[in-house]
Amino acid sequence: MDAKKKNNRAWFLVLPVVFVVAFTAIIPLMAVANYSLQDIQGADNRLFVGLDFFKRVATDPNIQDAFARNVTLSMQILFIQIPLGIFLARLMPKSGWKASAALVVVAIPLIIPWNVVGTTWRIFTRSDIGLGGVLINQFTDYNLSESTFDAWATILVMDTWHWTPLVTLLVYAGLRSIPQAYYQAAAIDGASAMAVFRFVELPKLRRVLMIALLLRFMDSFMMYTEPFVVTGGGPGSSTQTLSILLTTIAIGQFDIGVAGAFSLMYFLFIQIFSFLFFTVLTLDERPGATKVTPKLKSKAKEENKEKPVNSKLKKVLK
Amino acid sequence: MTTMMATSAAGKKTSRFRIDIRSWVFWLFMAVWALPVVWLVSMSLRDNADILSKFEVIPSKISLNGYTQFFADSSWIGSYMNSVTYTLLNTVLSLIVALPAAYAFSRYTFSGDKHLFFWLLTNRMAPAAVFLLPFFQLYQAVDLFDTPLGVALAHMLFNVPLAVWILEGFMSGVPKQLDEIAEVDGYKFGRFFLTIFIPMIRSGIGVTAFFLFMFSWVELLIARTITATAAKPIAAQMTRTISASGLDWSLLSAAGVMTIIPGVIVIWFVRNYIAKGFALGRV
Repeated sequence: MDAKKKNNRAWFLVLPVVFVVAFTAIIPLMAVANYSLQDIQGADNRLFVGLDFFKRVATDPNIQDAFARNVTLSMQILFIQIPLGIFLARLMPKSGWKASAALVVVAIPLIIPWNVVGTTWRIFTRSDIGLGGVLINQFTDYNLSESTFDAWATILVMDTWHWTPLVTLLVYAGLRSIPQAYYQAAAIDGASAMAVFRFVELPKLRRVLMIALLLRFMDSFMMYTEPFVVTGGGPGSSTQTLSILLTTIAIGQFDIGVAGAFSLMYFLFIQIFSFLFFTVLTLDERPGATKVTPKLKSKAKEENKEKPVNSKLKKVLK
Repeated sequence: MTTMMATSAAGKKTSRFRIDIRSWVFWLFMAVWALPVVWLVSMSLRDNADILSKFEVIPSKISLNGYTQFFADSSWIGSYMNSVTYTLLNTVLSLIVALPAAYAFSRYTFSGDKHLFFWLLTNRMAPAAVFLLPFFQLYQAVDLFDTPLGVALAHMLFNVPLAVWILEGFMSGVPKQLDEIAEVDGYKFGRFFLTIFIPMIRSGIGVTAFFLFMFSWVELLIARTITATAAKPIAAQMTRTISASGLDWSLLSAAGVMTIIPGVIVIWFVRNYIAKGFALGRV
């Protein structure tokens, strides 16, 4: 990799994005900050209250409960989906039309609108007309709107259904990038399947797994639509996620001071994780980072590349 | 399994057997995975009286009532078209602003570039619920409330960062010599970018467009909040029907199937790039 050129005029190319995101993100966030610091009774009647709303949010038992609940849910989701995703990715066909078909089938849950995911599962788990609900009812009493456990388990299974494919796809892409020679070498050494996974595949999957882990954590931490459609946060508040609670406070009760403070704290929490995510993603690009590729290999690559690329480029330009 | 691999003669036979088992397990999993969607399709092909009166796994009587109702009612087909409109609008607008920015990030360093990139990422990760209230007020203030353009703009909150990330990944795959040769040959930047560079990364643009389309298509919370009737998305139409009329399962399922179809068609074209897109262009 040759170094990028330093050129501050590149800012002009970035300006449109900055304007758009300023409109869609900065202005709304400033409005949120504005709500959170003053008690707005009417257009001319606002009272600066400082950090009162923040204190109320931090001590509100409902919000604390929702936070704990959401953390628990996210942890369970990670605990199930990451191993299951790896397991499925290793089973996926590797080439031919079967591989293509498998990719499409695996990806289908990801392209369904989130509320349709909810609707699908609502229909599927109905104990009178749904296949899943009727089946479970043969063995044990299943009632999503009364039993806390049933509601929670349904959300967990639904989310696993919806998002494990993402982990599978990422891991599958990571596995495809491992050269066949690694496996041959392992086979010559007589490595067991477990050892192949532990010492050949896992190190190569580090990056995609970090991406999967953090994406899944953050998305599950912002989950709204699917549980809202299936359980509406109930029974009681047993499946109420942070986003559902925030929406209730902001749109339902129109308690905008509390909602503003809540939003900012929520946002900040996600920001910290985004930072972690970004740091991990750019770890290899930093100056002084240990490069995994040996020097010889990259040199050989460059030499191979140089000529055909140049002639190809010239052709393109003519 | 260790012994299978170690002894090569026996290994060949058994390893083929092993692969067979693996593929069976995989397709078994996929069959279970497909059940909820299969159930949705099966529901959409029966009429309400039939659904409520008896439980059956394979429908004995096929009825297209759900679909005829869907296509006959202007509020359903209208909201479906609303969704298509703002989704396409969002895809085009996001690409237009993201292309030059992605080029800048992939080719140059400039003051604050790392911070800007990080800040863009944080918007992709922002909880939609945070933005509901200000969006509601902002879009009313600038007269974009309940318009497809308004929803398209609002969805740019998470789609523009995503587009910049994916495109940057693809652009970095094009060697920098291309730019240099073009400059030597006397190409002005604008002409080079539009007539040479963009055609070269068209597959990357296609994949990005798919992801923009998809994420705008699946989003409900923001779209529902900043629309009322005129630009109501199909997703909102579905949730409103759940609470209002006495649960028309057949129609609801038919609408659900209709919302899955565009994605399934498009996904075939980008199947080999899906993972790269989800990893923000960095697998």
